[in-house]
Amino acid sequence: MVHRTLDAVWRMESPRLVAALTRIVHDVGLAEDLTQDALEAALRQWPESGVPENPAAWLMGTAKHRAVDALRRRATLQRKAAAMGHDLALEEGKADELETAIDNAAIGDDLLRLVFICCHPILSIDARVALTLRLLGGLRTDEIARAFLASEATIAQRIVRAKRTLSEARVPFDVPQGADFDARLGSVLQVIYLVFNEGYTATSGDDWVRPALCEDALRLGRVLAGLVPEEAEVHGLVALMEIQASRIRARTDPATGAPIPLLEQQRGRWDQLLIVRGLAALERADAFPGPRGPYALQAAIAACHARARTADDTDWPRIVALYDALAELTPSPIVELNRAVAVAMADGPGAGLALVDAVAHEPSLKAYHLLPAVRGDLLAKLGRHDEAASELSRAASLTRNVRERNLLLDRARTEGGTAALE
Amino acid sequence: MRVVIFAKSTPETEHAEPRQAHQEGWEPMASFHEELVNAGVLLAAGKLQPSSKGARVRFDGANRTVIDGPFTEAKELVAGYWIWQVRSLDEAIEWLKRAPFPDGVELEIRPVEADDFDAAMTPEPRGHLEGLQAAAGRQP
Repeated sequence: MVHRTLDAVWRMESPRLVAALTRIVHDVGLAEDLTQDALEAALRQWPESGVPENPAAWLMGTAKHRAVDALRRRATLQRKAAAMGHDLALEEGKADELETAIDNAAIGDDLLRLVFICCHPILSIDARVALTLRLLGGLRTDEIARAFLASEATIAQRIVRAKRTLSEARVPFDVPQGADFDARLGSVLQVIYLVFNEGYTATSGDDWVRPALCEDALRLGRVLAGLVPEEAEVHGLVALMEIQASRIRARTDPATGAPIPLLEQQRGRWDQLLIVRGLAALERADAFPGPRGPYALQAAIAACHARARTADDTDWPRIVALYDALAELTPSPIVELNRAVAVAMADGPGAGLALVDAVAHEPSLKAYHLLPAVRGDLLAKLGRHDEAASELSRAASLTRNVRERNLLLDRARTEGGTAALE
Repeated sequence: MRVVIFAKSTPETEHAEPRQAHQEGWEPMASFHEELVNAGVLLAAGKLQPSSKGARVRFDGANRTVIDGPFTEAKELVAGYWIWQVRSLDEAIEWLKRAPFPDGVELEIRPVEADDFDAAMTPEPRGHLEGLQAAAGRQP
């Protein structure tokens, strides 16, 4: 019973513990070590003394004491080093200052600082994701490894190196200011959405969705919205994730595990609670002045689908307009491809195909299975079944998701059969 | 995973006037709500009107019988509900322990059933501590 409680409390509190300690010791790696120390102390003591009345406060107090000890040792080391003529930066008085109450109202700020440091641009995107999931998500190394289909050793190394990079670069434990803030926040949103997408559309292997990762990303997004409520794009991202997550149950055939495209999903299986929450978050984003940012735009597109009772009720012209706006803000071949799909629905497959062909030779789309998949779909609608079959086969060969591959091969066979009959 | 939490009725909730926001006792609960929102846990919440304002529908073959409230078994009734997103029942319990309820209040936590598919796709996570104890030394 003690272990279950400790496990639950640990998951709830460890991000705040690490955040507070990082502010004290100025080093994320050391902060994590100290929080692990506190966990081990609880593991030893609570079975005997019982679970404390306020377990979170116990852990925080224990961790902070160890932090003070660590700094005192560092100060002693500093004195010894100074005596030997070395030059370290730490002020001697710091360890004593710590004994004075550390304002718990600052915890929110500390957590935000931790968010920014985990997503620091000096780290590779992989490192940012791993560090964020570890320190903010409370995921264990093996859980992160499983989520990203990497080995545990790879992820462990990645996290070690990330902490060392931050340490060596003496990255300050700060909330970025001014012009820097937007770019840094963008990095945070990117990391969270990357985690969400990893859960939402598995890129390889047999899983179509990994719901737990989506939940983790959603929680991180909601936490961020609480930390920086004045940022429209944070609400935009939360809105996007809530609405997309609402479709998770409908994306896969419960009997066969085969993927089901959006327009063919049973909308009764869409989670209305998440849709309501997503629409509310989008409203919050829209309450801010100025045009919608990319996440809010994508959320608005998702909202169009969410509001349509059936696929036929979809407001395609509105979706096209939203993609037009998105293409202007964040132009990319992938956005163009999505826009083409919407245009095809609004104005007919011919119009859509023209847009697809405009990006068909983009180098970045060369190995992207959705390009030939979309092209194949539009060709099929135009009655060009031979070409459709060929494109769908190509799409099947490019996707690493086994179930999706089977779906595409089936369609290719159907198109080929239709062509043969003509 | 999702849990639904039912706050059980008491004679007070059955006969209460609608609560005003400024009434004493509301602050701590509002604060707790905010904590849940900021932790990404709270999905939905509702305070139910007394059973005198409600009705029951009983099914019997093709028959439907409607029974108007109030209903007498106060402690079997629900006065409010929460829907939370948590990692485990234990996490829900730990959060709930922090709620500022007065003496005598009892709440029930029930996990929402996942589709068979969900259960198949997300294997049971090992306890965090198992991992820690199993490790010979910590990861550097």
